[in-house]
Amino acid sequence: MDQIVLRNITKRFATRTMGDVTAVDHFNLSVREGECFSFLGPSGCGKSTTLRLIAGFEEPSEGEIEIGGRPVSVSSQNLCVPPEERGLGMVFQSYAVWPHMNVFENVAFPLRIQKTGREETGRRVKEALEHVGLSGLESRFPADLSGGQQQRIALARAIVTRPKTLLLDEPLSNLDPMLRESMRFEIRKLQKKLNLTVIFVTHDQAEAMAVSDRMMVCDMGKIIQTGTPEELYNRPNSRFVYGFLGESDFLNVVIKDGKAYAEGDLDHALPIPVPSDAKERMTVATRPNLIGLSGPGEDGYPSHIEKRIFLPDSTEYLVPAGGQILKVRTPHRVLFSEGEACAVRFAAPVWFPYED
Amino acid sequence: MKRYGRDRMSAGGGLLFGIDGVMTALCYLFLLIVVVIPVVSLGYHAFFYEGRFDPSLFAAQIAEPANRAALWNTLKIAFWVTLFGTAAGTFFGWLLGRSDIPAKGLMRAMFSIPYMFPPFLGAMAWDLLLNGRSGYLNKFLMSAFHLSSAPFNINSVGGIVFVECSYYFPFVFMQVASALERMDPTLEESARIAGAGRLEVFRRVTLPLILPAVSSGALLILIASLAHFGVPSILGFSQGIYTLPTRIYAVISRTGGSFEGIRSGAALSIVLVAVMAVAFMIQKKAIGSRGYDVIRGKSMNPSPVRLRGARIPLFILCIVSLVFTVVVPLVMIFLVSLVRAYGLPLTPANFTLKNYSRIFAASGTAESIKNSLFVSAAAGVLCMIMGTLIAYVVRRIRPRGKGILEALAMLPYSLPGTVLAIGVILAWSGGFFGISLYNTIWIILIAYLARYLSFALQSSSAALLQIHPSLEDAARSCGASHAQSILDVTLPLIRPAMVSGFFLIFLPAMREVTTSILLYGPYTRTLGVQIYSLRDAGMIPQAAALGSIAIVIIVVCNAVVTQITKDRKGV
Repeated sequence: MDQIVLRNITKRFATRTMGDVTAVDHFNLSVREGECFSFLGPSGCGKSTTLRLIAGFEEPSEGEIEIGGRPVSVSSQNLCVPPEERGLGMVFQSYAVWPHMNVFENVAFPLRIQKTGREETGRRVKEALEHVGLSGLESRFPADLSGGQQQRIALARAIVTRPKTLLLDEPLSNLDPMLRESMRFEIRKLQKKLNLTVIFVTHDQAEAMAVSDRMMVCDMGKIIQTGTPEELYNRPNSRFVYGFLGESDFLNVVIKDGKAYAEGDLDHALPIPVPSDAKERMTVATRPNLIGLSGPGEDGYPSHIEKRIFLPDSTEYLVPAGGQILKVRTPHRVLFSEGEACAVRFAAPVWFPYED
Repeated sequence: MKRYGRDRMSAGGGLLFGIDGVMTALCYLFLLIVVVIPVVSLGYHAFFYEGRFDPSLFAAQIAEPANRAALWNTLKIAFWVTLFGTAAGTFFGWLLGRSDIPAKGLMRAMFSIPYMFPPFLGAMAWDLLLNGRSGYLNKFLMSAFHLSSAPFNINSVGGIVFVECSYYFPFVFMQVASALERMDPTLEESARIAGAGRLEVFRRVTLPLILPAVSSGALLILIASLAHFGVPSILGFSQGIYTLPTRIYAVISRTGGSFEGIRSGAALSIVLVAVMAVAFMIQKKAIGSRGYDVIRGKSMNPSPVRLRGARIPLFILCIVSLVFTVVVPLVMIFLVSLVRAYGLPLTPANFTLKNYSRIFAASGTAESIKNSLFVSAAAGVLCMIMGTLIAYVVRRIRPRGKGILEALAMLPYSLPGTVLAIGVILAWSGGFFGISLYNTIWIILIAYLARYLSFALQSSSAALLQIHPSLEDAARSCGASHAQSILDVTLPLIRPAMVSGFFLIFLPAMREVTTSILLYGPYTRTLGVQIYSLRDAGMIPQAAALGSIAIVIIVVCNAVVTQITKDRKGV
């Protein structure tokens, strides 16, 4: 069953400098019950605005939103249920933990609003704090706690009323990298345990892929593609999605006599099978770790090492192809020195229409 | 991308007049009463008579030689006060902010005392010491050196400049000292490496960098001096030296507060406002053209400049300046409050506590303290509430026209107290819907509200900027209504700022004279007005006694504020 449905949701803002700006352009989306759904995109793509539209902090300029089958924002009827009546849990990027309340008071706040009894409140807060691993810190104030702990308070506060849906607005971006990875895992575990529908907003593709059942990639106010992480990674519908989901090499090529040539070098064909419907100019995409290097004279596109960068878990080479530069990443044991000749091979190239 | 604002209006649930609308309307209503109607009335009555445009009164006021002399005095005094005050403030600011002079902390605290000490009491003290005929110090010098005439005369333009300077130099001092403390020391160090000597570094690097701080402090002095009433009124009246604010007061009180007098005052007010407007324009030009970002917020602990041989002489200079600006006037007021009759030598034999009991016997003294306490506390509470409300509306609800709202609330800050008082009289003594508050405490309250609103607005605005809007959003996502999220989250968080905002208003209001002297009625004297009238009636020891009480009240309240702000948890 669909828990959250967006139909033709559009949000325009009046700005002083640029006139009307469409932050969210006709979004159609449904998030299924019990699934973790990510909004992924660069900053300014509309992902946070969409979340705030779902939460009820913004009113859509057009379209409608349903939560759990109940219409909450219907622009044509001028209906916009205020955030406090939508029954959602939400975690903010800044955590938004109230500095004047201790841990218990922060987590108990939603129950206080619901006028829950003392005993029940105590029990529920204890349970929520156990879920996030913060038991025993009830009387501490946020200022005395670390960023990770404040994040957990925010999470406990969001789940204490046992909402069906949890909205997470870049919840991990203020944490250090190690903590970020373990929190991803914990959020996922909590989501499964409580059977929550989660919307997870992030600009970090690894984070999105690690936590999501399905995800949406958006850019400049438009949805570009929706699907499971595997679908998006393996069958990107655009150069943007391909580029956004991982480090990538884009090579502009010219097709001549069924063979592909790197722009600027029509002497050596690239060792890539050309699709039959290829136009004269195309862009071929691959990833630095899908490019193979071997000694000169072997099979492949002949080139040389322009620069070598030694990194923690791989060696990175910059290799010219025509007028363009390919980034290649190999295990440490494959070692070339700068200036050395080499042959380049490509695995799993993906074709996109030519873009300059 | 985060966008907060505009839509929060509609996120209230689609109600046309939700809580946001009510708050916005309340702000406009308040500003209409305390700012818009008085200011419009002032402008109207200066140029219109019985419904017709009539510039003759205005022209007559400008043609009047006494008014021109007052204008000239105002400019002269403001110029010299600004010049000397800025020079002294920069010098002491550098000494305390950047050099290794001893006892910095103590001296800094002492230098900020003139902030809370009412200037008109200082003028009274100096008048007692250096009055051309009967000043204690003059008499002493005359007998000690067998002089035939008094060596000093404080009742002169020079005397007024001296006393105003000693109260206004902290404006520049504070700005310069803190700018120097926050300045990146490597900027100076790199000039040294490049071969510049100590003096050259100061002239070519340090001074240009602190110039914005100096000029904004200088403008504060200029504005304050142009609008200042207390000192020239105490020191100038006896010699017929008037400035625009005191001239306005004299014109009105000479006609016994008649409508004609008040209209003349209104016309003169326009002149004063025009002078202030020019000053503000100069500031815009001066500050707008330079924007350095070299003064950073982080503390760098720069190594202080060694004064070496000059250290002790400069320290003594500081102490002497402090004695003259702070200690002498204070001690003088206390001593004179003890003397049996004005003019007797200040020896223990002549001391008595009778003045203190006598002032409470005098009509209206106890009432004046009560009035001041009431009207200052009421102004403090109301300004704090309305200032916070306006800050909230402007920063968070952001309705159309929020710029107008903010500008209206800040407008009285740039109007001299005298001008504001005349506006309030013209607006609320029967001129508008026949509502007359003349001679009541309420008209004084309205003037105070207008005068001090900007203090509360600024303090609450700064506090609101520190509170991320997501804190309130979080409460709403937890099921709290908008009103409840304000009550449970935003208000508790800005409460400390509101408390200090209250005292920021209460303290200056307790010693206010400029507006109350134009607005008081027979039963609504304020503390400042009562001291002023006791002195006017020749009851100088009693005036000094009441002044001492005022100082004690102010010092006690200040201590309370410091205590409150110190105890606060780091939220």
